[in-house]
Amino acid sequence: MRDETRFEITVTVNGAARRLRVPARRLLSDCLRHDLGLTGTHVGCEHGVCGCCTVLLDGRPVRSCLTFAVTVDGSKITTVEGLAPGDGRLSPVQRAFAECHGLQCGFCTPGFLCTVTALLADNPAPTEDEVLEGISGNLCRCTGYQNIVKAVHRAAELRAEES
Amino acid sequence: MKPPPFAYHAPRDLGEALRTLAEVRGKVLAGGQSLIPMLNMRLAEPSDLVDINRVAGLDRLERTADGVVVGATVRHADAERARAHPLLTRALKLVAHPVIRNRGTVVGSLAHADPAAELPAVLAVLGGHVRVARWDGGVAVRDVPAAGFFAGPMEPAIEPGELAVSAFFPALRPGTGSAFLEIARRHGDYALAGVCAVVTVDDGRVATARAACIGVGPVPVVVDVGPACTGRPPGEADWAGAAALVREAAEPEDDIHATAAYRGHLVGVLAERALRDAAREGAAARAG
Repeated sequence: MRDETRFEITVTVNGAARRLRVPARRLLSDCLRHDLGLTGTHVGCEHGVCGCCTVLLDGRPVRSCLTFAVTVDGSKITTVEGLAPGDGRLSPVQRAFAECHGLQCGFCTPGFLCTVTALLADNPAPTEDEVLEGISGNLCRCTGYQNIVKAVHRAAELRAEES
Repeated sequence: MKPPPFAYHAPRDLGEALRTLAEVRGKVLAGGQSLIPMLNMRLAEPSDLVDINRVAGLDRLERTADGVVVGATVRHADAERARAHPLLTRALKLVAHPVIRNRGTVVGSLAHADPAAELPAVLAVLGGHVRVARWDGGVAVRDVPAAGFFAGPMEPAIEPGELAVSAFFPALRPGTGSAFLEIARRHGDYALAGVCAVVTVDDGRVATARAACIGVGPVPVVVDVGPACTGRPPGEADWAGAAALVREAAEPEDDIHATAAYRGHLVGVLAERALRDAAREGAAARAG
């Protein structure tokens, strides 16, 4: 093996500070799943096409499979495990996906939930076109997207009702 | 797959970054949205990666009367939100997906020099430049005009040991409109073909008109279509003739996504539409 120096990083994941030592080539997706045991972040294509591994990096959705863990030292990361408010309830986006049947096998769902959470934080009442543009980087092979789009609009309603 | 091992460098200032690059001649990591897929698929296996994300001062976007200077670590999303240049903003909305744009950088797209990418065409049609720096006992910079920067497909005019530190996009003159149109198989994919157009209208007549095409040559194809359309009001100019000039200049090739003939057809249709749109916008800007 060539140089496999480990780098010490500190990241705040779902509100908890985590310190760990990672080789430079450790993808953030693998760091979350293997080093931290947060297997809610799914890895589909591992080259940035499918969107399943999307997490929030300092509030913005990014592909965790196209991000090296060593480069996000000092950042805040939210994964699907951190979207629910923590009182046993689901977040508005999660409830809307359940209510509108916005998932079938569930593999793509963590990526969609993170993407849509950020989309609505940025734009609380998106138009149909803005929803389609917003989720265009996430692939779903089951639903045909119709119910996912419905779920995004429903989540916007739930957020508005609860704010 | 997983990326191969590499030695990682995370310089904190430009001098350190350039000294590191001079020493190890590694690949530069900015947004990583093109480089990391290539590493994951083991299409690239650099011995060293120089991460410029922590280099102070590279994340600035500066707007002046002359144009916009975009630093090497300015993300697509931030440049898009800054709305600093109408054509750049338009083009950014066509770059991949919003989530990719949160990490990807403007200068990274230029340095990647994909012949189907939007931003090289924008730099080329505007006649902008890329500022490249190297270590020579101090920071030494040179400005490479767009015409010389895109040397070939995925081949920017950046020498080993050099770093692209910023890009300059010249401002549009008064009375100038712009447009960027493309056709892709799927939204967010690299386009089969695309055209950006910049048209200046003066005294109700077309004064200058340029187009740059993507996906139909090894580098962005820039065409001055002025001979076909200047001196006439935008509504009466020969845009079909202008589009024919663009089609003649294009050098499309076959691949699994489309035939050369189809790409050639697309570029003509898109050129006419983009030139008309840009002229209409230029006339409205002058009237306003």
